[in-house]
Amino acid sequence: MSDEHDTHELPTPSLWPIGFAIGVACVLVGLVVSVPVLIVGAVIAIVFGLLWVRDLVSPRRAAPAAPAAAEPVGHVATVADLGAPVDRAGFLSAATIGVSGLIGAAVTLPVLGFAVLPSFEGDGVKTHDVNLGPITNFPEGEYVIATFLENPDRGEVTRRTAFIRNNGRTNDGTPSFTAIYSRCVHLGCPVQPNGPIDENAMKEVNGVELRPVLAASFGCPCHGGLYDSEGNRFAGPPVRSLDRFEFSIVNGDLILGRTFSVGHVEGVGATARIAKYYKAYPGVHVDGVERILYPIPTPGSRG
Amino acid sequence: MATKAARRKQLEAAALYPLDWTEERSGLVGYTKWFLFRKVPHDISWAQTLGAAALTAFIVQAVTGVVLAMYYKPDPDAAYASVVNITENVTLGWLVRGMHKWGASVFIILLFFHMARVFLFGAYKYPRELNWIVGVLILVSGMAEGFTGYLLPWDNTAYWATVVGININATGPFVGPFLAQFLQGGLNIGPDTLAKFYAFHMLVLPGAIFALIGLHLYLVVRLGVTSPPWSPSAAGRDRHEPEGGREGLIRDPASEVEA
Repeated sequence: MSDEHDTHELPTPSLWPIGFAIGVACVLVGLVVSVPVLIVGAVIAIVFGLLWVRDLVSPRRAAPAAPAAAEPVGHVATVADLGAPVDRAGFLSAATIGVSGLIGAAVTLPVLGFAVLPSFEGDGVKTHDVNLGPITNFPEGEYVIATFLENPDRGEVTRRTAFIRNNGRTNDGTPSFTAIYSRCVHLGCPVQPNGPIDENAMKEVNGVELRPVLAASFGCPCHGGLYDSEGNRFAGPPVRSLDRFEFSIVNGDLILGRTFSVGHVEGVGATARIAKYYKAYPGVHVDGVERILYPIPTPGSRG
Repeated sequence: MATKAARRKQLEAAALYPLDWTEERSGLVGYTKWFLFRKVPHDISWAQTLGAAALTAFIVQAVTGVVLAMYYKPDPDAAYASVVNITENVTLGWLVRGMHKWGASVFIILLFFHMARVFLFGAYKYPRELNWIVGVLILVSGMAEGFTGYLLPWDNTAYWATVVGININATGPFVGPFLAQFLQGGLNIGPDTLAKFYAFHMLVLPGAIFALIGLHLYLVVRLGVTSPPWSPSAAGRDRHEPEGGREGLIRDPASEVEA
């Protein structure tokens, strides 16, 4: 025998109450915001309310309860049941799970996006151009340590260091600079120039500190990475050459742009040939066989 | 004499009344007894207390961490100054910060001792494999606590250690760079990194560890404490002797599961 409650004195399931509820909601919203919404809501509520009442008072249609009565006790759901009409309890549990899933997704997805996406777009992945002042402050053939705030709005935490060398002019007459980023390409520690720093010649140009240095090489204090004067690794754990800044010259001022990664530098100074890649994280291979381990550049690494 | 005994009984009933009241409405007294008053093998030793010691160390971390959070400011301009303030100005701040800093190492060390005990005693074997897995998750969460907590003083050691730690993540194949960028909240460590690490350190990870410890303890109570490998008895009782002798059978797991 089927459950008594399922066959006794209950009206057939009806969708009219849902329309009635929507109408009532529209009425309430309309009371606050606008008269037309109020009227539309009232019409919906009245129409669906009447339909609902008609449904309740009309004689019951033939109840589709017969299949339930025929079911054996302890029936186990099988694949064959999927196509069959579901009973009331089955429908309610499925509906509960479905609605809970929808509500859960509606709450979770935006929060998850909020947690993850800001790291890959917006302010955090923008790079800012920095004006290092007149190029006359950079004597030809000598490194200058430039420290500056990449984004003064975000404060001291954006302080960066670059090693800038004026290479004179290339063969076709354009000015050439070597602009090395100080972060070690092993694990990101601050690389130091190996040579005496001329503190007395320190200049400050609109917030940028410039210190001339006689750098024959660059060394990292953390794990002993060592680079030559072009930024090529010659000892220790780094996997590529030091990263560099793109630069431009505007009205006689040297402007640093975004950073990029370097596989290897052939030659020296103005005649150097630089194997340029998108900005990669320290420790990430940009050339050689190992680069297949890092196929997708992160958002923002192209500037 | 009779009146004295009656009065004693009356007093006892009055004292036990709140317990009975609670038990009748919640069953909590029974659950507490089920949790605390358990049969254990007769030949356990101090070695089996390492888990409880690690739990105690974690509770110390949780309590001192909550108090430190009342004075710490997770803002790049204020974080270091607030840590200096805790250490030098706030009454007993040096002590509570010291407990949290050194207690972190104590917690990890005790986890490893506990893990070594479980491994050497073979206590990870059937039916306790799941509890080993849960324990490993607790260890990983504890180390993540160490990584995120190390940034919070916001001094040069904290900053550069976190630079290195995040970039080690970045060297992971395929997803490494994305993980690193998620951790630092952009292309470089910035204000968002500090707030993010603070949220992980004091909300996400402690919550996860609390939940995992709850599961861990439930499994300990359900499965019971293992006898040492040299024990003549299994789980505090005589070894189960199967009908056909012990040939080809080291130990019948069923004799332990019931406990």
